[in-house]
Amino acid sequence: MLKLQGIEKKLGGQAVLRGVNLQVGQGERVVVIGRSGCGKSVMLRIIMGLLPSDAGVVIFEGTKLTGLSEEDWNPYRRKIGMLFQGAALFDSLSVFENLAFPLREAGEKNEKVLGEKVAEALKIVSLSGTERKMPAELSGGMKKRAALARAIIRKPDLMLYDEPTTGLDPIVADSINRLILHLGEILGMASIVVTHDMVSARMVGDRIAYLHEGKIYFEGTPEQVDRCEDPLVRDFVRGHAEGTGVTG
Amino acid sequence: MGRAEYLTGKLGGLVLGSCQTAGGVFLLLGDTIRSMFRYKIRWDQLLEQMYFIGIRSQVVVLTTGAFTGAVFAAQVWFQFKRFGMESAIGPTVSIAMCRELGPVLCCLLLAGRVGAAMAAELSSMKITEQVDALRALGVYPVEYLVVPRFLALVLSAPILTAMALVTGIGCGYFVAVKIFGVDGAYYWDNTVKFTDRKDVLIALIKALIFGVIIATIACHKGMNCPPGTAGVGKTTTEAVVNASITLLVVNFFLTVLLNALLYSN
Repeated sequence: MLKLQGIEKKLGGQAVLRGVNLQVGQGERVVVIGRSGCGKSVMLRIIMGLLPSDAGVVIFEGTKLTGLSEEDWNPYRRKIGMLFQGAALFDSLSVFENLAFPLREAGEKNEKVLGEKVAEALKIVSLSGTERKMPAELSGGMKKRAALARAIIRKPDLMLYDEPTTGLDPIVADSINRLILHLGEILGMASIVVTHDMVSARMVGDRIAYLHEGKIYFEGTPEQVDRCEDPLVRDFVRGHAEGTGVTG
Repeated sequence: MGRAEYLTGKLGGLVLGSCQTAGGVFLLLGDTIRSMFRYKIRWDQLLEQMYFIGIRSQVVVLTTGAFTGAVFAAQVWFQFKRFGMESAIGPTVSIAMCRELGPVLCCLLLAGRVGAAMAAELSSMKITEQVDALRALGVYPVEYLVVPRFLALVLSAPILTAMALVTGIGCGYFVAVKIFGVDGAYYWDNTVKFTDRKDVLIALIKALIFGVIIATIACHKGMNCPPGTAGVGKTTTEAVVNASITLLVVNFFLTVLLNALLYSN
């Protein structure tokens, strides 16, 4: 479904990605882990076409997306959903209008249909009854769930999650993880989850990829990652600072 | 590094930075005009912006116009009465309001009120990833965010300027005739006689161009806001300062150009 080949990206003169190769199959959930600032979010932005890559190609459903103009990207963006780290709900619009936005953009004008689809999406993320609320009235976890509902309302083929559980308490983080699993099951979509939360990675990942120094350093199932004896992977997974160059 | 080299480097950086910003502003202007024809106009957004820019700016613009006309009439009366030229106060106030004071002051206020709001709103959207979210949902941000603001300001600026002119000239009349006792018939007759339609045209053309300048600079600043909340404050200040200075500089060239074009005979 999605293939990244040799993706490279420099930001501010510094090489962030140095040849990322990654493949995601139909319905598969791939978790990309790595230390803060290692380029995980940059990789998602390149997949979504929000940032151009310096080298390499992104192939989605057999089509090479790299090099497409902003307007040519749009039909593919409608097949890919993205949950942003800060939720990125439009703060001047109510929850209903936020969720109806992608549908209106796709040409849906029937208010009854819009209402039904919004209610259905809100039910999936357990936010029924919040249609009239403004984003400022929602908690962090509710914002993420509302943003998730907006991202899935057009039933994308691929879902990108940028740090879905960062800044949330463990209970809310667990509910988001369950939601990611639930969405994969009911909508059958593939997902890439970028996180440094190992609980989340083990829970939602069919496969985990460890991004280090701009490349996929290790790739395997959650069990393989847990058994991995490579010091870099082991220290990250266990949360040890030794050997990483970061000590008190 | 010597002091001269350091200063040369600083100056070079400043010139390059200014050229880069100017280039970005012109590219955004081109993109905005292209998007106006390529995409359908979002009337709901346009009306909302026109309400904010046009209706909500009326009080401040009318107050400015009124007191500018009143003060100018008073100052002119103090000078002109010494030469017995009280009947010339009307056209002097009217022409000054039309050609310079009306469009320049009205649009400077719009740069402060509307330009700051546009830059702050867009930069907040930028740093909270809302602009990226728009793109991720397949919407072109220039079409959705910039075009309605641009059109609303470009349409509202001449209308607000015309309102400022009317109140300014009206208040000038009130001050000169009702307070200082200038003959009302002479005042009004001379005002109408010496104020040309071209003077009003100059005001409207200037306001339209100033609207383009304010909207483009404010939107460019907002859409290119550096990360962090400090960036929002910096962007907003820069938008107002850059728009105001550009407006004043362009005003000089417009004055020369429009006089050459409209009064060449």
